[in-house]
Amino acid sequence: MKAALSKAELQSNIASRFGDAFKIQQKPVVETLSTGVDEIDALTGGLPRGALSELSGPASSGRTSLMFSMLAHATTHEETCALVDTSDAFAPTAAAAAGIDFDRLLWVRCAGNLEHAFKATDLLLHAGGFGLVILDLGDVPGKDARRIISSWWYRFRRTVEDRPTVITVISEEACTRSCAALTLELKGAAEWSRASEPASQSNVLPMRKQVPVNQPSVTHGNLLHFNSIQVNRQRPISPWVNESQFRAHA
Amino acid sequence: MFACIHAPGLSPDLSLREFAYSFSPIIEETRRDTVAIDVDGCELLFGSAYELASEVAVRAKQSRAHGGLETAVNVAVAANPDAAIHAATRLQGITFVSTGEELTCLGEFPVDHLDYSLVNIEKKVAGEILETLKLWGIRTFADLASLPAAGVSERLGQEGLKLQQLAAGKTERQLRVKQPEPVFANSIELEHALSELEPLSFIFARLLHQLCAALDAYALATNELSIVMQLVDQTTHERKLSLPHPMRDHKVFLKLLLLDTEMHPPQTAVRAISMACEPVKPRVLQNGLFVPLAPAPDKLELTLARLAKLVGEENIGSPVLLDTHRPDAFSVKRFTLTELKRRKEKNAKCEMRDSNLTLGFRMFRPPLRAIVEANQGWPTQVSAWSKQRSVYGKVVNVAGPWRTTGDWWRDDRWARDEWDVTIESGSKQSLYRIYRELNSKNWFVEGNYD
Repeated sequence: MKAALSKAELQSNIASRFGDAFKIQQKPVVETLSTGVDEIDALTGGLPRGALSELSGPASSGRTSLMFSMLAHATTHEETCALVDTSDAFAPTAAAAAGIDFDRLLWVRCAGNLEHAFKATDLLLHAGGFGLVILDLGDVPGKDARRIISSWWYRFRRTVEDRPTVITVISEEACTRSCAALTLELKGAAEWSRASEPASQSNVLPMRKQVPVNQPSVTHGNLLHFNSIQVNRQRPISPWVNESQFRAHA
Repeated sequence: MFACIHAPGLSPDLSLREFAYSFSPIIEETRRDTVAIDVDGCELLFGSAYELASEVAVRAKQSRAHGGLETAVNVAVAANPDAAIHAATRLQGITFVSTGEELTCLGEFPVDHLDYSLVNIEKKVAGEILETLKLWGIRTFADLASLPAAGVSERLGQEGLKLQQLAAGKTERQLRVKQPEPVFANSIELEHALSELEPLSFIFARLLHQLCAALDAYALATNELSIVMQLVDQTTHERKLSLPHPMRDHKVFLKLLLLDTEMHPPQTAVRAISMACEPVKPRVLQNGLFVPLAPAPDKLELTLARLAKLVGEENIGSPVLLDTHRPDAFSVKRFTLTELKRRKEKNAKCEMRDSNLTLGFRMFRPPLRAIVEANQGWPTQVSAWSKQRSVYGKVVNVAGPWRTTGDWWRDDRWARDEWDVTIESGSKQSLYRIYRELNSKNWFVEGNYD
């Protein structure tokens, strides 16, 4: 009895000196930024602000489609965005078609220099005020991406921790390890519309001319229709749903 | 108290204003031969106001070698600058007008001698009022001052009232002090030429600090800073820093200038530095409560300058599409944050855009030269490689060809047939765009759909 009383007394004494010592720490509500794809937003709730997210997948898995969607959504909602383009692979024509507002996008081209890409990302994160910073390592081979030292990722995570910035890394293979708050793995499967079925419902004639080829079958009806993208959430794993699917139209 | 110096016999090559500056810094130059000075606070230097007036009269008679005007001047001291000016221009020698007794001194002056320019009345209006006063039989300042103010206001308006106050020596105004033209430029000549950035940074800091202090004094800012460095080989190194928003923080300017000098260093050592800035009104911006945060303008400028130093100026900015069908035609413009109004208009347009997700495309810059095996014109096998990437495999799906041509009148015209292909390599299938140049008959991989 005496011991129990002294424990309560001790707790009250400590609580009077260190107010929150016995209070249950509640996690603050995580703010998110929409990706612009309803299926992914439904799966993940959006990209968490103040945290690092990673999209990984091989070529043609839909990483760039998703990146365009994220940038289009963020720039049209007045967020200031930055794209660190490690391999100079950003295609402005395709990006404009996806609806990206270029006035809100800072494009940094690093011409394949990985060190410059990381330093540029670090500068952008320290400047603050950017809503979305994307580090595009999509064309960096997996073996090189795996060699990136972890301290860079910890540094990025620590820098954005108290800021409303979303940093997203796009890579061929997941490389941010435990530093990412959200990791999505993407897989793509192209769907082709065959000659028998109409390629498009639009009445607008394409700019590109059809060139006659000495072939028994017509190839122009055989179009790349859309890319069916499958998303698999790697981190954090949910006990319920971890997969989703959407289409990127050509 | 105010003193007025009137020098009717002033030599054309002498300046009464310069003479007056030796007594007080607060001076109004009414005419070339008349100045009014504020003598409050001059007691410790010259004694009472009357002693100051005597000193002025004595010094004015001195030769120009001793700072005099070589002529006799009229000096009047009064509580009101207009009363002092009237007294000095009409009365010889030194006149002291006591407070509240202005009319004792000025009362007998004819109304024709009222200096209406002192109360900003136009000549035509003043002429009409004086004509009316003459018809009323008003001849002197005292006659005009004795009229009832309400009646004067009713009959002659506000201008008449102003003239009455002027005649009574009761006007209330400050001296119209002529400020020297502000100069937002600074220069320094070095005793020893400097070639390293670190010692130069101290010189830059000093000059920028002075420039920003001058801007601060006039509540101005600048969006363009010009630097001219005189080099030891008798050449000049000129740089111009243009900012999207006006600023006056010397620390930010110093960092920008150092980054710029690192990127564009002078050829040889520097022996003199001049700086000048274009003064503009500072930026006033109230952020909206529900508008997402954007980078602070000064931090953004510093970040852009650091990025430019890291990856090169041509590699940062906002992409701009060019008005052409040429593949991958774009330019890069300087990144600046657009204003809120324009953004809202743009957003309204973007909301109307099709919500379908568009297939992304990754460019290979430069395009990969490829070896393509074709069966009756259809690509069946593609192999392309470079140091960074390689593309090879069997073509399992193909669409095309799509011919694009353009700029046939120019040397850099293009003509090509494009194909969209699925290439199978091992278990992986990837989508690529390949094309064949019609002139050279060479195949290239332009990029991949992602």
